[in-house]
Amino acid sequence: MDNVQIEPVKRQRRGLPQELNILLVLVAVALVFEILGWIFQGQSFLMNTRRLTIMILQVSVVGIIAIGVTQVIITGGIDLSSGSVVAMTAMITMSVAQSGDYARAMYPALTDLPVMVPLAVGLGLGLIAGMINGALIALTGIPPFIATLGMMVTARGIAKWYTKGQPISFPTDSFAAIGSGAWPVFIFLAVALIFHIALRYTRYGKFTYAIGANPQAARVSGINVQRHLIKVYAIAGLLAGLAGIVTAARAETAQAGMGMMYELDAIAAAVIGGTSLSGGRGRIFGTVIGTLILGLMMSGFTFLRVDAFYQEIVKGVIIVAAVVADTFRQNARSKKA
Amino acid sequence: MVSKTTLEAIERYKEKSLPYILEIEGIRKEFPGVVALDDVQFRLRPGSVHALMGENGAGKSTLMKIIAGIYTPDRGTIRLRGEEVVLASPLDALEQGIAMIHQELALMDWMTVAENIWIRREPKNALGLIDHRKMTQMTRELFAQLRLKIDPTAQISTLTVAQRQMVEIAKAVSHRSQVLIMDEPTSAITETEVDHLFEIIRDLKARGVAIVYITHKMNELFEIADEFSVFRDGKYVGTHTSTDVTRDDIIRMMVGREITEMFPKEEAEIGDVIMSVENLSLPGTFHGITFDLRRGEILGLAGLVGSGRSNVAEALFGVTPATEGKIRIAGRDVTIASPADAMREGMALLTEDRKATGCFLPLTILENMQIAALHEGHVKLGCVDERGMTNLCLEMKDKLRIKTPNLDERIENLSGGNQQKVLIARWLLTKPKILILDEPTRGIDVGAKAEIHRLISRLAQQGVAVIMISSELPEVLGMSDRIMVMHEGHMTGILDRAEATQVKIMELAAR
Repeated sequence: MDNVQIEPVKRQRRGLPQELNILLVLVAVALVFEILGWIFQGQSFLMNTRRLTIMILQVSVVGIIAIGVTQVIITGGIDLSSGSVVAMTAMITMSVAQSGDYARAMYPALTDLPVMVPLAVGLGLGLIAGMINGALIALTGIPPFIATLGMMVTARGIAKWYTKGQPISFPTDSFAAIGSGAWPVFIFLAVALIFHIALRYTRYGKFTYAIGANPQAARVSGINVQRHLIKVYAIAGLLAGLAGIVTAARAETAQAGMGMMYELDAIAAAVIGGTSLSGGRGRIFGTVIGTLILGLMMSGFTFLRVDAFYQEIVKGVIIVAAVVADTFRQNARSKKA
Repeated sequence: MVSKTTLEAIERYKEKSLPYILEIEGIRKEFPGVVALDDVQFRLRPGSVHALMGENGAGKSTLMKIIAGIYTPDRGTIRLRGEEVVLASPLDALEQGIAMIHQELALMDWMTVAENIWIRREPKNALGLIDHRKMTQMTRELFAQLRLKIDPTAQISTLTVAQRQMVEIAKAVSHRSQVLIMDEPTSAITETEVDHLFEIIRDLKARGVAIVYITHKMNELFEIADEFSVFRDGKYVGTHTSTDVTRDDIIRMMVGREITEMFPKEEAEIGDVIMSVENLSLPGTFHGITFDLRRGEILGLAGLVGSGRSNVAEALFGVTPATEGKIRIAGRDVTIASPADAMREGMALLTEDRKATGCFLPLTILENMQIAALHEGHVKLGCVDERGMTNLCLEMKDKLRIKTPNLDERIENLSGGNQQKVLIARWLLTKPKILILDEPTRGIDVGAKAEIHRLISRLAQQGVAVIMISSELPEVLGMSDRIMVMHEGHMTGILDRAEATQVKIMELAAR
């Protein structure tokens, strides 16, 4: 139909903005659990602050990762390494965050360091892992799937090798404070706000969408695509590092198995939130809601005493359903155009 | 392969000896918001080449797709071999004896020539497995008939575009198709390959195959077509044989008005040299490109497809930088290693392929338009100055008469002409001193074309130096102050406006 001129005489029917749709899904999920709660448990699901607080605390770490992953997916890429980077940064950060009160610290000379040191180490490590991902993808041209798969295996390996599989514990109080109380939630929301602004209102964001929509056109429009991709992956790594810090601080211990499958939860949150795996489309707001939907479902199943195995099965189905829905939307659009 | 019922229909048809193999009457096809075809007719004689003519948007593509079974018409009748038929799908059309050679070739790159041709009809051996030896043999016989020299066991990815086209044609012949649709078959192949293609087409004609041919190249039309039908704005204008009309008659029928009003070149004051290019070369692609460009000047760049025109443009703009030679801008030697470098020197490049290297299809008009200008400011406190940028873009929208209710519309919902205007606006927002336009009016309708020509003239008057690449000679002749002609990567001459004619350009371009 390329030769047929269609003048957009009428305004595109857009219905509700996509963000609103996803918000409705969140409300619907909550209501379903509320109703099931009254039926099967004889109590309210939502009117339980403790449960909701735990739920939000639990998903905050995945949420922080998902914000980085959303940006990567908008460029048309993928990041499989974030869960492993969480483990790696948690381990190494914890090793320089140990308290002097603990007799068997990993580095006895490096105990009771100011909290800035482990913070800088964790963020720096994440950043470096992300930059390696970005550089591999941008400079050698290998697919993001492969580059970040390599980092996923490598970072997990480093996490295990670092202490030969032993956990590291006993952080300083100031480090543990990062993960205490509602801090993880605040960090998650602050990160979300920063990157919501960055993606919507800054050049960084506009270039990110442009690269995902059409990398060739982005290059011809004067965007240094390679440099920008390295930036995007580096930021995703940085956020995975931050998630690692928060995880370790919250648990007051670090072990090599931490963050297992977080990368997939993060991708799922982004996709459920409307980020298109074909690039060029997605919003941080959607990812935040997507994260909450995931959290609500897991919390809801636990509340209904559904077996953990079923939870994973349902999660898998939801992820696929979200992508199918996105594909249908895209097909409907291309048929119209 | 045509189906058994089709074979019977072919037998009945042979007995009837009708003048037409395909007759289309009163066809109407609507798409949301547009009538693509309105009461259209078309008659195809066996053993003839029938060209569909018309500007973009005239409906010839839609008609072709109806014949190929890709679209079904809303109204009207299709009679094949004198019997009314329904073409429900491309496969259905193929089984009834109608094959289409796609513009974007539809072959499987990683399979062999033979596998591509016989797909779904592979010869089987006693075990029910594919008999590759027999398949290769069948392909050899087919190619011998068509006098093709292509290795049946070669992988498609190793073939040239022309060879792939030949494979597609052979595939259609192997289906014993009686109607063959060719959509711009010569758009991506060289002169000698065109000659070979035409030989094959003549051969097919002699066997009674009817060919529906779409082309934008007038010269070809008179060389190969027996008849042509003209369409305009979705309506049928008329059918003529190629012997009884001239090229100007056809253009007049297509455009529906005199062609003189088309290239509104307005005189511009030509200033001092802004860019001089010396011995620019990219081995294997182009060599020794040397020219000066002045403020207010429109330099046309002509040559056949594959002559290296677009490569020169891409080298100047740093997309694929040249490896040798010098570029001076405003008297300074400059190094242009990337588009960003070129933009810093005040250059802009409208690329040839709107979809592949121009539009960000999932993004809005605003986002598409502002992207290049963002490099040089429009940022306040770290954020893009949305309001200022929107106002600038709205101004551009009005100035270029982009037909859209608002800038938040996705660019993919615009027509080709309006998309092109958005891309031109993208570059105008960077206030370029040197504007390189690669096929600025390809694939857009006549009205938008004239508007873009007027715009280019006006920019030149404002002192912008323009390099315009175009395959349409009248456009190059009408718009340019000087015309540089390329042939196989070399400059073969620069003509002044006064001395340039189509014949002179073609002589330099084709050698």
